[in-house]
Amino acid sequence: MLRFGMDRNHTVASFTIPGRQWLDADGQCSGEPPEFARQPAEMLAMYRMMVQTRLFDTKAVNLQRTGKLGTYPSCLGHEAVHVGVGAALRAEDVVFPVYREIGTKFWRGIAMQDILLYWGGDERGTRYADSPQDFPFCIPIGSQMPQAAGTALAFSLRNQPRCALAYVGDGGTSQGAFYEAINFAGVQRLPLVTVIVNNQWAISAPVSTQTAAATLAQKAVAAGIPGLQIDGNDVVGVRHTVAEAAARARAGEGPTVIEALTYRLSDHTTSDDASRYRSADEVEQARAVEPLLRTRRYLEARGWWNEDAEQQLRAECSATIEEAVKQYLATPRQSSDAMFDHLYANMPRNLQWQRDLARRYAAHR
Amino acid sequence: MTKLTMVEAINLAQAWELAHDPDVLVMGEDVGVNGGVFRATAGLQQRFGAQRVLDTPLAEGLIAGAAIGLATQGFKPVAEIQFMGFLYPALDQIASHMARLRSRTRGRLSCPVVLRMPHGGGIHAPEHHSESLESLLCHHAGLRVLCPSSPQRAYGLLLAAIREPDPVMFLEPVRLYRLGRQEVEDNGQALPLDRCFVLRRGEDATLVTWGAMVTETMKAAEQLAAENIDCEVIDAASLAPLDFETMLDSVARTGRVIIVHEAMRNCGVGAEIAATVAEHALYDLRAPVQRVTGYDTIMPLYRLEQDYIPGVQRIVDAVRTTLIE
Ligand SMILES: Cc1ncc(C[n+]2csc(CCOP(=O)(O)OP(=O)(O)O)c2C)c(N)n1
Ligand SMILES: [Mg+2]
Repeated sequence: MLRFGMDRNHTVASFTIPGRQWLDADGQCSGEPPEFARQPAEMLAMYRMMVQTRLFDTKAVNLQRTGKLGTYPSCLGHEAVHVGVGAALRAEDVVFPVYREIGTKFWRGIAMQDILLYWGGDERGTRYADSPQDFPFCIPIGSQMPQAAGTALAFSLRNQPRCALAYVGDGGTSQGAFYEAINFAGVQRLPLVTVIVNNQWAISAPVSTQTAAATLAQKAVAAGIPGLQIDGNDVVGVRHTVAEAAARARAGEGPTVIEALTYRLSDHTTSDDASRYRSADEVEQARAVEPLLRTRRYLEARGWWNEDAEQQLRAECSATIEEAVKQYLATPRQSSDAMFDHLYANMPRNLQWQRDLARRYAAHR
Repeated sequence: MTKLTMVEAINLAQAWELAHDPDVLVMGEDVGVNGGVFRATAGLQQRFGAQRVLDTPLAEGLIAGAAIGLATQGFKPVAEIQFMGFLYPALDQIASHMARLRSRTRGRLSCPVVLRMPHGGGIHAPEHHSESLESLLCHHAGLRVLCPSSPQRAYGLLLAAIREPDPVMFLEPVRLYRLGRQEVEDNGQALPLDRCFVLRRGEDATLVTWGAMVTETMKAAEQLAAENIDCEVIDAASLAPLDFETMLDSVARTGRVIIVHEAMRNCGVGAEIAATVAEHALYDLRAPVQRVTGYDTIMPLYRLEQDYIPGVQRIVDAVRTTLIE
């Protein structure tokens, strides 16, 4: 609609950003819980995955500390976002992760060994045998966003009821690629769900370094698409909100931006020392509202869970994790060919002599 | 005099310029409160304040573009790109504007900007953290590209870079950051920024290299010296412009040249050196030019990085190839 000039002085646009929470820090649900949260099987599956993610994460950090894994970005405190998103999606949707979203990867069938291989510096870690269309980790911040928009456009052009889900960090919302992607999603009404994981830090930069806006969700407003903020430590709210947005996307009703408020309880990665730039006090406050405890309280209040079940779950998870670690550590080192193998569908002739040269000198190591 | 690591020397050079030139600013991701992920700016914000040592949003295009705006108002921004693999969002600003602003305003506006960035691999870093992309930068007229290989040269060259009236890309080899210590006099003395450094004199072959590969190349030269093969080792240091005089003088004496770099071979800076030697010194050559480089692959994840980075043996073998009569 073209408009020429303004007829009078008045407000030409305004917005509100809804904020939502279901489970509070005590595991109390304000109002009627959504359908899935009234089913023990659904809730227990999510809780189990959150615990598995937490235990795996602790193990991965320990492996790094003992020299058996490279730099690793812990997801401590992010389990509700990661598992809630996983549970909200369908297998045929496509996920664009950043690098921390272990819980989502588990939910989508990616093996623990693969995740260990990747952070252990092995090219085979992103094969994803059981997740054929999901994207691998995306380390260049923000760069996954336009790709997710493109994938969403493909679904839309082919009339497929699928959505693309793009993760991005609070820091990542400062990149041009973030705006470019949500802007395009708005223009084309793309089936794109963007989950901004606002864990309040981008390495040493607090959100106030990134933006003067009161929320990150409101960036959606400028793209002409709905934006809302949720409690990212509330797995019920995450699943419910993402499932709603995904359903709208698949039904051709366009994109959504969801800001999930959580907190990075760990250092940025194992190479970082967060005590240089934030107070122990702040971390303690955040720990008090972390996601696992409230989920457990919710389950216990309904008589679906108890200490015995907890101990048994932890033992099971630890056994699975130990087995995966064993397999990871026993994986034979790749040969230097791995650098060349998947570079092209048809290896150029002039690369073959380099592959042979690499083989020859690999032996000298 | 104190013995410093390279990363400490880089910190010291920035501190010197901040202290002596009120127009110098330091900016980038995590450079302020945190002091940089490699500690290259540690303590600078505490000492010089948040107005002169600035934490930016996470956006490399912004960092490079804002540096241009600042520079045209008389500031001298020294901006950090956290890793060379994250240079790409900044390239539009660098290539389309920073490199050519002086030319397209006929000298009216200029960009005395330094972009510092960690370069290369060898420290078991994650994907995208070990890239050697100097060719991308050298292929843009209007930029200077430096790559120091010792604490002293890092100090002197960074001072020169900050004082230079044109944009300088300053590549810092990550595996040299803390590899050794060297006495560095904190005297504000810059080094010339368009000169090679001859690190070792020899008559039998000329080895040209830069950055972290200086380490392997010096080792190769020592190994060959034990067999009475005397190599001259040149640290190119300035990759754009290249100091061809020094290189060609050396080749005229030795008749053999072996170029060593970590970046991939195809269109590497080594190709430029080889072509120039062919153009100007073909009849001085007693053997074909050799290149010992990274392969034409993506820098692999860390388990294979030592298979990718040229080792001492490859360099030694390449020198021997040139000596077969
Ligand atoms: C383009 C780019 N620039 C810089 C970096 C280095 N870096 C890695 S993670 C990070 C902070 C990311 O913060 P955020 O987006 O909030 O994600 P979080 O780590 O909190 O999950 C930075 C600056 C990078 N990976 N990519
Ligand atoms: Mg963050």
